[in-house]
Amino acid sequence: MYAYDEIDRTLVNERVEEFRDQVKRRLSGELTEDEFKMLRLQNGVYLQLHAYMFRVAIPYGTLSSQQLRRLAHVARRYDRGYGHFTTRQNIQFNWIKLAELPDALADLAEVGIHAMQTSGNNTRNVTSDQWAGVAPGEIEDPRIWAEILRQYTTLHPEFSFLPRKFKFAITASGHDRAAVKIHDIGLRLHKNAEGETGFEVLVGGGLGRTPFIGKTIKPFVAGSDLLSYVEAIMRVYNQYGRRDNIYKARIKILVHELGIEKFAHEVEEEWQQMRDGALKLDEEVVEDIRARFFYPAYEKLPHMPEELRKAAADPQFEAWRKNSTFAHKVPGYAIVTISLKPIGGPPGDATAEQMDTLADLADKYSFGEIRVGHEQNLALPHVARRDLPALWKALDKAGLATPNVNLVSDIIACPGLDYCSLANARSIPIAQELTRRFANHDTANLIGRLHINISGCINACGHHHVGHIGILGVEKNGEEFYQITIGGRADENAQMGTLIGPAVPYAEVADVIEDIVEAYLALRDRPEELFVDTVKRLGVEPFRERVYATR
Amino acid sequence: MPLVKQGRLTTDLFVHVADGAELPGDGAILVTAERFLADPEALLRRPGKLGVIWPNNRNLDDLVPYLDRLAAVALVFPSFRDGRAYSQARLLRERHGYDGELRATGQVLRDQFVFMSRAGFDAFEVKKDADADAFAETMKRYSVFYQPTGDGRVTALHRRMQLRHSESAGQ
Repeated sequence: MYAYDEIDRTLVNERVEEFRDQVKRRLSGELTEDEFKMLRLQNGVYLQLHAYMFRVAIPYGTLSSQQLRRLAHVARRYDRGYGHFTTRQNIQFNWIKLAELPDALADLAEVGIHAMQTSGNNTRNVTSDQWAGVAPGEIEDPRIWAEILRQYTTLHPEFSFLPRKFKFAITASGHDRAAVKIHDIGLRLHKNAEGETGFEVLVGGGLGRTPFIGKTIKPFVAGSDLLSYVEAIMRVYNQYGRRDNIYKARIKILVHELGIEKFAHEVEEEWQQMRDGALKLDEEVVEDIRARFFYPAYEKLPHMPEELRKAAADPQFEAWRKNSTFAHKVPGYAIVTISLKPIGGPPGDATAEQMDTLADLADKYSFGEIRVGHEQNLALPHVARRDLPALWKALDKAGLATPNVNLVSDIIACPGLDYCSLANARSIPIAQELTRRFANHDTANLIGRLHINISGCINACGHHHVGHIGILGVEKNGEEFYQITIGGRADENAQMGTLIGPAVPYAEVADVIEDIVEAYLALRDRPEELFVDTVKRLGVEPFRERVYATR
Repeated sequence: MPLVKQGRLTTDLFVHVADGAELPGDGAILVTAERFLADPEALLRRPGKLGVIWPNNRNLDDLVPYLDRLAAVALVFPSFRDGRAYSQARLLRERHGYDGELRATGQVLRDQFVFMSRAGFDAFEVKKDADADAFAETMKRYSVFYQPTGDGRVTALHRRMQLRHSESAGQ
């Protein structure tokens, strides 16, 4: 955990007071809706179909139990008793009242949480690997750098009115859980040939109506140069990014139109003029940030404690353990993923009671720490393996032990037409129906790792392009239709999925997905071949035939 | 339109001269970049201060050779959503060493004051009277700044280092 000091706390409080003043001016009519819109967006407040939606930042997906309890409080006090975790490690509340927002923000500020820049044309919440700091084989904890970037991007005087939103993600593992290749700037910590640690910098990735995989702009940038190099990229973008067309305003379009070589050249020229300026990070400054991350005092524990040996007799526990617990860098400990995808439930939602329960369980079993992953699940990052049986019982009681992590029913979905004013089609009911179709755990296990992503419109908040199966809602003559892609992925081998054929109506989506999965089971050359690898080996044609032969 | 300069409401001594309009014989004037670049030397020879209104999509390189002879540069915010002039302001101050009046013009509203000031603006043609009146108060909103700019404010990272060193010196 990163601990805010007085300086960080002061800034968050000052921001709350500024927003309180802005709301007051809006309510009195001093600000027009057009003027206020930008100001509320800079603080995570959208106007949705039914009410204001309030998006709260969870920097790099790390929460303390105290913070999670406070989010539960906000859900209960100011909303309808639940929250929705997003693909960018944030949480959204869907029924907030404008006049109460400043108080909700003040309550959150007391525990060091804010909503700064969770929307608007500025740098958004910096996301990272939800297993940062605990994943085996990591180069170093990427959250140190995510926090440095969080501070650097917060209320930036030059980059708060960019052509369009701007998203950073950072990973330090060989396996990319942060989807860095689909971000405006993706950062991959690695060691160069000389053994020094630094960043591969990718730029111009993104989904939406013009999806691009990020391109490497510089293979190695030293940590001390990170902020100056980032500033050079952002300055070029701020000046030359398109502002004439909202759909062409992201940095990916600028990179595409200029070409990565020319863009990289512009950035390099800018960077050379300021790389040794005030943004240079000396080791002392980095060390100061690093020193404010607290790590648990792990015990020396056995890998196979008696408690675990005994519990292995319970098939339900074993199913959950095999599915939802993962290797930890410290022997005797595990990372536990908490599925927020119960059968029949909306993906990523948690009730206030569940949040409170998880906060208590984090205190008891995970040194008071919780993580949020972009797959819209939560994680307890430091659980002693001997505690797994007790933890499982408690999670199961709270409806939080669905053993479907990374399986076909672990669906990523945007809020869709049930909430969102941009959506063309519903996402949540499609996800709910699919979880029912694949409710049988043995079947889901037999299918193996399979990521389904659903977006209710081309803005792609559900990351459908990079789902192993992607489902995109479109509108045709006033009806909801869905385009289906297969073969996408968001990891270190990120690529866009391929459309398998014409869009299908709402009522047929679940049948089509079942057909695709059945085709895969028939086509895979061995049980270990994942869906996405079968698609890679055979292409979309055999799947297309299967789906459209009878339609 | 009210002008705030060096933190105070003040009378604008500069007259905006439209393209093609006759120049006043003396007194301070603001002209467009186009008019300025058509014959910079003639304008600079004229008695009275000269300022140039520089569009936010025009490269600063054409302006830089004249900076030390200009009394004011006005950068434009066609909409408060368009943030290009923040970059221009920082480049003028921090890279090209411009130390004359740097004026924000266009849709200049209260909630941009702190950002603008941090980027190097010291004069503001404010759209609304109420915002101009609230200038001093608004500038006090923040006491913590995370980024180093040319405005000289101490950044959070830097302040932490100072605190740390003073603590260890006191031990």
